[in-house]
Amino acid sequence: MCTQAVGLAAAELERRGIATVAIQLLRRVAERVRPPRALCVPFRHGYPLDVPGDPARQTAVIEAALRLLEAPDSRPPLLADYRVAAGGPARMREDRS
Amino acid sequence: MGDLAEFSPAVRLFLKAYPWRRIDPVPWSPLRKPLAVCRLALVSSAGFVLPGQEPFDAAVRGGDVSFRDIPSDADAASLVDTHRSRSFDHAGIRSDPNLALPLDRARELLAAGRIGSLNRRHLSFMGSITAPGRLVRDSAPRAARGLSEDGVDVALLIPV
Repeated sequence: MCTQAVGLAAAELERRGIATVAIQLLRRVAERVRPPRALCVPFRHGYPLDVPGDPARQTAVIEAALRLLEAPDSRPPLLADYRVAAGGPARMREDRS
Repeated sequence: MGDLAEFSPAVRLFLKAYPWRRIDPVPWSPLRKPLAVCRLALVSSAGFVLPGQEPFDAAVRGGDVSFRDIPSDADAASLVDTHRSRSFDHAGIRSDPNLALPLDRARELLAAGRIGSLNRRHLSFMGSITAPGRLVRDSAPRAARGLSEDGVDVALLIPV
């Protein structure tokens, strides 16, 4: 439910001219809801930025999300997957579903 | 990836049958200037409130679609988890609220020059919203209007 809520909120922000990137915990839901720009992370619910008390791991996820904002020639909906092993960067994959 | 297997059989069944709200057409605002000069706002759906703020109402049918302003200089450790869901482990966000509303990480990005400024406030929703009509019609547009009036350029949204 949280994944849907932030996706819908992101859409309203985009309509107001604010560029957004949303963390997503369930790719199958992100594919259905279609937030404008999203980073799917491989973490369980309750842990959207990876490890509590670990600033470096949290910053790595946030950095990957920010890089989606900077991705050239992208178009909506933009879904990318976060790879933990590399600590980012996110792998870009456009979704036209 | 978060997976439906995390949830109880009843929750999995609900999520599989749930009519997810599809965004169509998908709005799009490209980044218009370097992040180093952009103003950032955080939007979390973790149900955080600050001491003295009204907790989210777990009894609202379909979900509480209200939101709270979290001042940018708030102490992350003071955030209180009032999310009603029992379908996820709350231990992480209770031990380190930065996990879902990264106030400290945002301040570090600012100090490093990665972003230009932090908005004066961030927003906290409670994402357990099964009936999102009021979110789409009322509170999300109101939140977006407020952040736009604040001069926010970019937003990072974090669910739990």
